[in-house]
Amino acid sequence: MTSKVECQECGADINVPEDAVTGEIVTCPDCGGDFEIASKGGDKVELKPAETVGEDWGQ
Amino acid sequence: MVELSIIYDKVRFEEKVLYEKAQSKGLKAQIIDAKTLTVSTASRKKDFSFGDVVMQRSVSHYRGLYITACLEHLGFKVINKFKVAETCGNKLITSLVLAENNVPTPRTQFAFSAEGALETINKAGFPLVLKPIVGSWGRGVFPLRDEETAGMVVEMREEDDSPLARIYYVQEMIDRPPRDMRCIVVGNTLVTAIYRYSAENEFRTNVARGGKAELAPITKELEDLALKAAKAVGGGILGVDMMEDKKRGLIVHEVNNTVEFHGAASVSKSDIPGAMIDYVVKLAKK
Repeated sequence: MTSKVECQECGADINVPEDAVTGEIVTCPDCGGDFEIASKGGDKVELKPAETVGEDWGQ
Repeated sequence: MVELSIIYDKVRFEEKVLYEKAQSKGLKAQIIDAKTLTVSTASRKKDFSFGDVVMQRSVSHYRGLYITACLEHLGFKVINKFKVAETCGNKLITSLVLAENNVPTPRTQFAFSAEGALETINKAGFPLVLKPIVGSWGRGVFPLRDEETAGMVVEMREEDDSPLARIYYVQEMIDRPPRDMRCIVVGNTLVTAIYRYSAENEFRTNVARGGKAELAPITKELEDLALKAAKAVGGGILGVDMMEDKKRGLIVHEVNNTVEFHGAASVSKSDIPGAMIDYVVKLAKK
């Protein structure tokens, strides 16, 4: 089941898919803020602000 | 049972499928957030429950590189090795290693100041491509088609605070179709190869820039060259990028250390993460 988590920036609902795992990035549909899934257990999902893309990111 | 740790700092498609594949193949797998790791000179291998083998999958090159250095110091087997990551993470070093090993690669010139860069550029003649020596997803890659643009780009580089911005990597622009090739090499096997087509109004072919993937036939020439390039940088799990020069044939321009294969997996029939996990198991048992 998709979990709904409140956006830390704007308060909108962010949908976190059931198969999402810790470390994945979710984006707020309203403000576009990126958040990393800090922990996930059952329906309880905790988010933290995602890192901004660094100059050395990617391959 | 083989125990595998996958180090990540952001879980992408690749880390997710590798974790799932490891579990489905019966490995005891865990994912470790690179951002929460700390190591010291007093650390010992037994302080970390990382199992038999570690896959370094950090999206940040330097974070991954230095964590790998620490883990190898502690005695962990890490894929890829520090030396491989160090070579592949730097385009200048990669070019030198490819040339030393007689792997066909674009003619590239290096300069170490703005003056040197402009002299090199003007001597080489246009068109050229200026690339940052560290960086990915096509960031900071500029096509240079005339003297005026070159002067402006070099001036812009001089404004950049990064010391690496003073190192100029100037490459010939290859006369090629509007695509390049990404070859996924795992150990001594070329698992799959794809063409990456540039998006509209874009000369870079990176999937991260909207490039589109299409399955490429694996020829003997392609396989031999991909394996030779992978071996030259030290081997492991690698993405060998090639261009099809209209005169010289296949040439290798880059080898990627923390290879992204989302584009390749979307068109390939090969089990890419499966091949990677099988390689990990083999290494763990060595």
